[in-house]
Amino acid sequence: MIKSDRILGLVTILVALAYIASAFQIQASFLTDPVGSKTFPILIGAVAALCGLVIFARPDPDPDWPEMSGWLRLALATAVMVGYAYSLKPFGFVLTTAFAAAALSWMIQPRIGTAVVTGIGLSAGLYALFKFVLGLGLKPWPAAFTG
Amino acid sequence: MELLSNLAVGFSVALSPYTLMLAVIGCFAGTIVGALPGLGPSNGVAIMIPLAFTLGLDATASLVLLTSVYYGAMYGGRISSILLNIPGDEPALMTTLDGYPMAKQGRAGDALVISGVASFVGAFFATIGLMLLAPVLARVAYLFGPAEYFALYLLAFATLGGMASKNQAKAALASCLGLGIAMIGLDTTTGMPRFTFGNMHLMDGIDFLVAIVGLFAVAEVFFFIESHGKSSAIGVKLGKITIPLRDLKKSTVAMARSTVIGFVAGVLPGAGASLGSFLAYMSEKSMGRGGVPMGTGNPRGVAAPEAGNNAAAGGALVPMLTLGVPGSGTTAVLLALLMTLNITPGPTLFTDRPEVVWGLIASLLIANIVLLIMNVPLVKVFVKVLMVPPWVLLPGVMMVSFVGIYSLTGSYFDLLLMVGFGVLGYVLRKLDVPTVPVILGILLGNSMEEALRRAMVLSDGDWTYLFSSGIAIGLWTAAVAGFVAPIFLRKFLRKPVIAPADKIID
Repeated sequence: MIKSDRILGLVTILVALAYIASAFQIQASFLTDPVGSKTFPILIGAVAALCGLVIFARPDPDPDWPEMSGWLRLALATAVMVGYAYSLKPFGFVLTTAFAAAALSWMIQPRIGTAVVTGIGLSAGLYALFKFVLGLGLKPWPAAFTG
Repeated sequence: MELLSNLAVGFSVALSPYTLMLAVIGCFAGTIVGALPGLGPSNGVAIMIPLAFTLGLDATASLVLLTSVYYGAMYGGRISSILLNIPGDEPALMTTLDGYPMAKQGRAGDALVISGVASFVGAFFATIGLMLLAPVLARVAYLFGPAEYFALYLLAFATLGGMASKNQAKAALASCLGLGIAMIGLDTTTGMPRFTFGNMHLMDGIDFLVAIVGLFAVAEVFFFIESHGKSSAIGVKLGKITIPLRDLKKSTVAMARSTVIGFVAGVLPGAGASLGSFLAYMSEKSMGRGGVPMGTGNPRGVAAPEAGNNAAAGGALVPMLTLGVPGSGTTAVLLALLMTLNITPGPTLFTDRPEVVWGLIASLLIANIVLLIMNVPLVKVFVKVLMVPPWVLLPGVMMVSFVGIYSLTGSYFDLLLMVGFGVLGYVLRKLDVPTVPVILGILLGNSMEEALRRAMVLSDGDWTYLFSSGIAIGLWTAAVAGFVAPIFLRKFLRKPVIAPADKIID
């Protein structure tokens, strides 16, 4: 089994090199100073690459990674969040929040009933809080509902 | 009596009914955030920032609200340490050592009162220390040129990184990651785009609030999903609250000593509250004579770390306000707030915006008194809050983060970025790469580069200019020492392991 830190070190080195390469592409401007736009990013990239080398050479013991089911839940949670980010504007606050909150709640405590109640409760409660206490201009429903 | 007249200005700003109300709300929310395991002060303040903006609060009002949250979280951390044996936040770790044994002996109420009073003593006197020390340091800061500032930023990264991780390479990597992210967007000096890859969304750079909420709050949700939220359930019953006068009297010396230790630890850039409470506890342990041994429910073992960590919280504000260099993770988040409010911390802040500085100090004093009342007679309210199950709490935190960022920027791209930072934060923390230096890098990256470039303009490209003054050399030396020393001190600074607690969060 490859140690996680070896992978971290390798990824760091690659990203740092790409970062340095990209820094060389920064266009010069007619406003110049002795340092310029490139030097500092290149410096950062170089230090990061060095850190990557050290991490690769001297890896720490592996952390406790979650099991397969844990990864699955984390991936699902990420998908829910990404979906929420995309749908918040077109579909309004109330429905999307109820769904997303219920899904996250279910992932922490897999009981459908509690999750549904949590989702609906959080959606309604937070909407009331944001709308009436904090006065945010949130759109509650999809545009199609209200015309 | 310049100090008193300054303070009078401060109180005239802070004593309006509106700001007082904000202080009370902030203290209440802060204590809850601190008490809940997994939601530390940095998280609490980070989630509140977007809300403060959408409320349209002005500079003083948002500062009052958020510093109240900050101090409140420092007070609140002890509640779950004592009752659940789970530190509510990292600085409260040391409080579990004697607090939980006391609670098991049926003295949970006593432990809460002693630690509450100790928190008050630490925070109150640290605020007075801040009042006395900050203007002096601000005058010294006038001597700083760009070369000194560059060295100072380096010092902040070195010490914060050195303390934050067990592996120096990982700490340095975290700083580079943050600095690298800060470079994205238009170059402030020349106006040329950097690392935007033609993406319009990246032209303005990455908003540090998005990064902070992602790395702290969203990453926390991932941790809870992974662990199934196991760390709930009340451990110890809380009886009637009485004031244990004898124990309080016995721990006065411990509180005083710990306040001094904590304040000094807080002022040092990067060290912060965790080190403050750690050193306070350790010194109390080495000096303790007679009575119950430390670690088995000694009241002094509860008083010392709480006074230490709250004093450090006040101390950490000193370098943040006078130099613009935060002394801890949470003050880094507060710095983000100041920068978003277009307030540049630094020596000029004290002359240009005295109402902000002194209003802040006055509101800290007020917040402390409010917190003492909330955390001693009314502590039962917060114990109830601990019973909110994680499967309600965490989705709630998530939704507040989303709405906060969304109402701030109105762009789905920033929400996606926030989720991305959440995933990044989870992976980094799993791999023991500290996330606080990342935040610090994003916050300070542009100022650090500007300091370097201004120094080079002054010296016409001569790099030895960076080491040309005594202050600069001193800072460089301190930076190297601060980065290297933890490697050798680690043996002595090993954090004690708390036996039955499931996990330590934040």
